[in-house]
Amino acid sequence: MTLGLINANPVVHAKKERISRSEDPHAVDALDIYDFVRDIRDPEHPYSLEQLSVLSEESITVDHELGRILITFTPTVQHCSMATVIGLCLRVKLKHYFPPHYKVDIKVSPGSHADEESVNKQLNDKERVVAALENPNLRQLVEECLYSNEL
Amino acid sequence: MAEATQLTRHIESYVDSSSSLTHQAATLNAIAALVKTDALPLQALVRELDMYLTTTDNVIRARGILLLAEVITRIESKPLDSAIIHSLVGFFKDRLVNWRAVRGALVGCLALIRRKSVVGMVTGSDATAIAQSFLQYMQVQSLGQYDRKLCFELLDCLLERYSDVVTTLGEDLIYGICEAIDAEKDPECLMLAFHIVESLAQLYPDSSGLLASFAKDVFDILEPYFPIHFTHPSSGDTPVQRDDLSKSLMSAFSSTPLFEPFVIPLLLEKLSSSLHSAKIDSLKYLRVCSSKYGAEKIAKYARAIWSSVKDTLSTYLGEPKFSFTIAPVDGIGFPENEIGIEALSLLQQLIVQNSKKKKLHAIGRILYITAKSTISSCNAVFENLFSRMMDDLGFSVSNADSFSNGDIFTSQRVKFGFLYLCIELLAGCKELIVGSDKPALQYVFEHETCCIMLHRFSTQLLNAFGSVLAVSAERCPLDPDIYIGVKGLQILATFQSDVFPIQKSIFENILNKIMSIIMEDFEKTILWESALKALCHVGSFVQMFHESEKAMSYRSLVVEKIVELLSLDDITLPFSLKVEALSNVGMTGRKNMLTILQGLGTAVLANLSKVHRNVRSSETAVQLLECYSCKLLPWIHENGGTEDFAVQFALDIWSQAGNCMDFSAPFVEKGLLDAIMKAMKLSVGSCVVESQNLIIQNAYSILSSHTNFQLKEVETLPLTPGKYDISLRDEGIISLFASVVVAVHPKTHIPDIRVLMHLFIITLLRGVVPVAQALGSILNKLVSTSNSAENSGDLTLEEALDVIFNTKICFSSTDMLQRCNGTSNGNEMVLTDICLGIANDRLLQINAICGLSWIGKGLLLRGHEKIKDITKIFMECLISGTKSALPLIKDSLENTEEQIQDPLVMKCAADAFHVLMSDSEVCLNRKFHATIRPLYKQRFFSSVMPIILQLITKSYSSLSRSFLYRAFAHIMSDTSMVAILSEAKKLIPVLLDCLSMLTEDIQDKDMLYGLLLVLSGMLTEKNGQEAVIENAHIIINCLIKLVDYPHKMLVRETAIQCLVALSELPHARIYPMRTQVLRAISTCLDDTKRAVRYEAVKCRQTWWVHNFFFIECVQFYLVQLLLYLPIFTFLLDLLIGRQCHPEVFISEVQYQLP
Repeated sequence: MTLGLINANPVVHAKKERISRSEDPHAVDALDIYDFVRDIRDPEHPYSLEQLSVLSEESITVDHELGRILITFTPTVQHCSMATVIGLCLRVKLKHYFPPHYKVDIKVSPGSHADEESVNKQLNDKERVVAALENPNLRQLVEECLYSNEL
Repeated sequence: MAEATQLTRHIESYVDSSSSLTHQAATLNAIAALVKTDALPLQALVRELDMYLTTTDNVIRARGILLLAEVITRIESKPLDSAIIHSLVGFFKDRLVNWRAVRGALVGCLALIRRKSVVGMVTGSDATAIAQSFLQYMQVQSLGQYDRKLCFELLDCLLERYSDVVTTLGEDLIYGICEAIDAEKDPECLMLAFHIVESLAQLYPDSSGLLASFAKDVFDILEPYFPIHFTHPSSGDTPVQRDDLSKSLMSAFSSTPLFEPFVIPLLLEKLSSSLHSAKIDSLKYLRVCSSKYGAEKIAKYARAIWSSVKDTLSTYLGEPKFSFTIAPVDGIGFPENEIGIEALSLLQQLIVQNSKKKKLHAIGRILYITAKSTISSCNAVFENLFSRMMDDLGFSVSNADSFSNGDIFTSQRVKFGFLYLCIELLAGCKELIVGSDKPALQYVFEHETCCIMLHRFSTQLLNAFGSVLAVSAERCPLDPDIYIGVKGLQILATFQSDVFPIQKSIFENILNKIMSIIMEDFEKTILWESALKALCHVGSFVQMFHESEKAMSYRSLVVEKIVELLSLDDITLPFSLKVEALSNVGMTGRKNMLTILQGLGTAVLANLSKVHRNVRSSETAVQLLECYSCKLLPWIHENGGTEDFAVQFALDIWSQAGNCMDFSAPFVEKGLLDAIMKAMKLSVGSCVVESQNLIIQNAYSILSSHTNFQLKEVETLPLTPGKYDISLRDEGIISLFASVVVAVHPKTHIPDIRVLMHLFIITLLRGVVPVAQALGSILNKLVSTSNSAENSGDLTLEEALDVIFNTKICFSSTDMLQRCNGTSNGNEMVLTDICLGIANDRLLQINAICGLSWIGKGLLLRGHEKIKDITKIFMECLISGTKSALPLIKDSLENTEEQIQDPLVMKCAADAFHVLMSDSEVCLNRKFHATIRPLYKQRFFSSVMPIILQLITKSYSSLSRSFLYRAFAHIMSDTSMVAILSEAKKLIPVLLDCLSMLTEDIQDKDMLYGLLLVLSGMLTEKNGQEAVIENAHIIINCLIKLVDYPHKMLVRETAIQCLVALSELPHARIYPMRTQVLRAISTCLDDTKRAVRYEAVKCRQTWWVHNFFFIECVQFYLVQLLLYLPIFTFLLDLLIGRQCHPEVFISEVQYQLP
């Protein structure tokens, strides 16, 4: 474990206003998903992923025909070792969100991480995700991020 | 040679420091004259001076160098060879190192630098060399005052004349300058220093340039000087004055936008200081800086600047010291004038600078508050800005009268800004006038500048605002324009007339303008609505301030015109808009409302009178009546208006209803009848008893004279629904009469009540529902025998009940006779018998049940015992389909086929419980003076529910059970939660059955939802938990069926919410249901509605947690179990064989561990 923070001084952005929507019909769309995950806390800082611009509405795409959902997130620094934790948080949070016929892919956005390929591989490997969740330390960290009151 | 010796003597005497100053000057002039006239070449002089310039005696060397430098200063207009200049530059710049001879060196450098190009000037590289040498060796602040001044002059000169070459020095230059001017105190030097900074800023103008990184440092040096505080006597010897210094510093401050982050906060801070000069300076600086930095940079400070300026203004303009004896405007002198003016000119600067809309608003607010705060500030603003704005708008003072049309606008966008500011200004001024209520002050207003100017320009403003709103074929006003125009007109119209009399003609013009919009521009919704709003605002203003003259104009121009609109058919304005305008204008004041009501009344009657000829007039009448009952009547009731109109209106309608009878056409269609009845009920309900008596008398006379009912005979003859058809108009009139009866006070005397009740019973059997409501209402309001001893003439409750339940109804018509020959009484029976279907006429039975339900409601509300009998009748209707029917029916009916109740009848009986339990808008509520016993619903619930539950368990026919469920659902959904919770254990199973029954028919979806809400209430209440725990399995099973109920989104959502609530139950109870729930919920994740999906996610998460809990337990014990194999097999047994919940599982395992 490195001492100190990986990104000691992140750029914090303003939170966007939430839009309450009621129009019909309501198919699952990117904003739905974004609304659901934007408040996940960063593992390092008391800011949400939205505030740190790790996630944005544009970074989520939904393909209804193929039933695929792709979420790309951008770690704040290239060598961020928290990228996998963030991805794990997203996976856990979204686990209950979709009907079974959707497949969720979580990736770091291209070029935003030094170890992009291996992170992507790790995040989309079912067994490794499950294994990670069995690690009590990791699990605690993820839960802190998901249910934090610090924001 | 003589010359040479003379020269030597001159030099000697100059170098000799003991000689007097005048002597030195004289010798210097002599030498200079020699050089100038070429009598002595410069080279010769230098050669002559050689010894003095190089001697080791510091004093003499310094004097020598100075001599040479002074000579060069004096021959600045003499052309010199560039080689000479070059060597001189080299000489002097080297001397800068030597602090003892520094003055001479400085003077020399300065003299050389100042040379003009025609006489040979210093080359760029030489200038750079001088600058470098200066920056390298000079310690400016360690020198004396005069030398420092020379230094600054030199720097200044360098920056000014050789700016392009010194730029290349970069950081060194900036550092050097900073170092040089740091902590300088001499005014003259400061003047130069400030100028140097200014030049420096021009040297590096770009925001990403070198200066940008040093801006903070440079400013840190300048900052302490602000505000200039000058202790020297102002009229002393020093040529520099405070003002000069201040101006110079100001130009330094404002020299580059790079200083903006530091300057503005400083200025704002100083603005709030108590130092007088600081305030003035801050304002001045702010003004200049904002103009130099540009609008964008200042924009972010707008709020802060404004709040400071506002404070300043309110402090310093706050106390106008004018005395009434010296009244004229100019006589008002306020001591802090200067600050006020500065502040205002700052504002002016900001305004001129910014024409962008965003800023405009801020400035608008500034103006508004400035104008609002005091008279003097208002005057100042008007003087400073208003006339200027007027000029810009194209009305100048000189030609104010010549423009009277609004066509002068060419560039709309610019005008927009000015008009907006005008509005804010006017609004502020108006507030000021309204806010001051001292009569003395008001007197003065008329002579105030603002008012005078306002007077002068009022016509122009009116035209301007009007033209903004002008709608033409090619132009439709944009939203902001509409805002401006309407608001402007509104403000102009709402100046108080006793303080500031706006001419009557102008006021009327404004009203005309708005009215024309109302009448013509209805297609532009926003424009129309805002115009209407403005109109109402003006109206209520006129009313509020008792402006009689304006009120008259308003009434004649607006109110009467709007009333007139109602009767005009040719106008294109849609009728719904007419009505909206009508009601809004009416609500501006009581008098207006009365006028409007009169107009409305006439219009309604006129339309009613031709309703049979014209379909449109019926629609019109419906709209007017709706407006009357929903808007106007409640308003006049709230605002303490008299009920005269309501009474008159009711009477008028009655007379009209009577007139309608003269035509043979059908009375009216259903919608119109409903509207009339509603208006009638509300009118009557809002009257006092006497008026109600009057109305009901009138109504009764019309009922008896204009219908075919033989009222006189009704009582004497037995009741026969023989004349089976009543005409539509009779039905209409009796419904109308019923609506009067519904709304009357208990004390109101209803004439011939016995006869009326007979009549009502007959009409009720023909399905006229209002009549049933009237009967219920009569029963609800009558006094019972025990406490009505004094007025024996009236019918008592008991007698009325007797009339209803014991009057024999005779079936004399032949077709009826045939059908009911099986009854014991031949052809006579009472109402309740009909309900039970003895007449064997389905329609009759349904009507009777429906009527009885309203009668029952009247009794239920007052808590009468008779309701039990009525309920019993309904119950019998519900269950009579089964074989175990009540003996009463068994005896009376011989034909077993006929014994099976019609499902429609049963449905009607079930729905009767809905009538009983729900709160009705139409009758029997507080508005219509009903007697309502507290907690009547709970009483009814507790007495009826056991019976229903019993009947449900006993009933074998699915049909009758389903209708019992309906009744159950009706009662449940309208009872309060407290009552239900106490019975929860018994109710839940039935409720669940009921829920699954209701899913079968789409039409029951609302009932289903109501019942589901009851269930969710039980789940969330603490008291209900116990019963819920017991029935958890069946509840969950039922809810799982409801989560994909296709017809109502709310049902799905609530069902899922219930499931979430259920997850709070003890783990042991719900664990086995986990997989089922999760499976059902996963389909909901795909729901078409977002809200449902959201709930589904929540639900899924909460239920998932149970899963995790279980897995963790397994993990924990698995490790141990590996060691204890026998137990492992046992565990497998547990996991696969029985679905065991973890607690039990854990305890069992622990039990077996060694």
